[in-house]
Amino acid sequence: MQNHKAYFLLFHTIHDVLRVDKILKKIAAQYELVPVPRNLSTDCGMCIKLENDIESIKSHIEGIRMDKCFLFNGNEYVDIT
Amino acid sequence: MIYLDNAATSFPKPKEAIERLNDFVLNIGGNPGRSGHTLSLEAARIIFEAREKLTNFIGGHDSERLIFTQNGTESLNLAILGLLHQGDHVITTSMEHNSVMRPLTFLQKEKGIQLSVVQCSKEGIIDIDRLKSLLKKQTKAVIINHGSNVIGTVQPIDEVRKIIDDRILILDACQTIGSYPVDVEESGIDILCFSCHKSLYSIQGLGAVYMKSHIELTPLRFGGTGSKSESIEQPTVFPDKYESGTPNTPAIASLLGGLIFIENTGLTKIVERKGILRKKITEGLSAIEGIELFGPKNTLSVDLLPTVSFNLKNRLPSEVGYILNKAQIYTRIGLHCSPLAHKTIGTYPRGTVRVAPGYFTTDDDIERFLEVVRNIAES
Repeated sequence: MQNHKAYFLLFHTIHDVLRVDKILKKIAAQYELVPVPRNLSTDCGMCIKLENDIESIKSHIEGIRMDKCFLFNGNEYVDIT
Repeated sequence: MIYLDNAATSFPKPKEAIERLNDFVLNIGGNPGRSGHTLSLEAARIIFEAREKLTNFIGGHDSERLIFTQNGTESLNLAILGLLHQGDHVITTSMEHNSVMRPLTFLQKEKGIQLSVVQCSKEGIIDIDRLKSLLKKQTKAVIINHGSNVIGTVQPIDEVRKIIDDRILILDACQTIGSYPVDVEESGIDILCFSCHKSLYSIQGLGAVYMKSHIELTPLRFGGTGSKSESIEQPTVFPDKYESGTPNTPAIASLLGGLIFIENTGLTKIVERKGILRKKITEGLSAIEGIELFGPKNTLSVDLLPTVSFNLKNRLPSEVGYILNKAQIYTRIGLHCSPLAHKTIGTYPRGTVRVAPGYFTTDDDIERFLEVVRNIAES
């Protein structure tokens, strides 16, 4: 388990996750596709783990409906959806 | 061996399709969007890429509204069964395949929809005035076979779109997609249904539906999607709403290769080549004594796919097909799952011999085919 700050972006479908993946790759954001943490959702799929500040990528992905967004502050996940 | 049954499924497939298929089966193989591991993600990426490329190919704007199905028939069933309800009126044509007529007849008998069938000309072309006269206030949708799987005629869908106002246009593009330009925006198509294993060159077991943003259909299948797993209700988000169960990722991988092949070759070049093949076949057959050709005589007035139907005087189509098969020339004989179309062109119940070349058919293939038909006619 990581101990540094990160954002977890959850989407409704893997299709939307991959749409965001395509955009983040294009803008060279620091991110990773990771399994959805079980404490955040019962989804079997993947989500985006973002190292950057979320504000810097928000405008790029605003057309895609996000399901939930969490900030991991080093100790716990905070729902900032 | 000469394969002339590309209207049923294309063969051979381009190397790009086989390479993608092999790569998936040999090196990836995961179940897409289900598990958090790399192979599952790689499989999901293939589907994502294919969905985006295919949406772009048909002029669509929103790839999540492109739904993968098992085949063209399932696509049409989803559109028809998912859209129409008791009391709705629907119009279709007398050139339809049974993948349209059977679900419509089922709904007419079991669910109380009203069905009107526009009689097409003997040459297979829709009569726009007749269609106009059948429109009612409660007409919800018009379903058109874009290109005939029997005689290759392409319907003037822009004219259809103009006269049906804001009613839903469902297009069966199983024969045209990849063989003729299809653009959902330019032609005002609300629901586009097609197979991917014909002129998009996927392996068998794949079709697709594209529905515009104002269309909501009831799904045909319910079940696991890898998303919203906590809920026992079907997700409402696209494309998951319509894609329950493990998809045919090997076929989708081959589709991606097929689309890359079309992109590299150019659709215009493919359409031109198929036009040349049709001309060679029709001119060659016309020169043989006792041949009856079906479809438009004035080929300049209508757009045509390369699919040609013919009969030989005093010979059953099955006899001709049998002899061709013996010579390792593979055509399709009979009614081609389209009894109404054969009634329209006057070949019911006898049927025809259908010759359906593909992009990879050579001039020598056509020469050999014509030679064998000539021999049958003279014997």
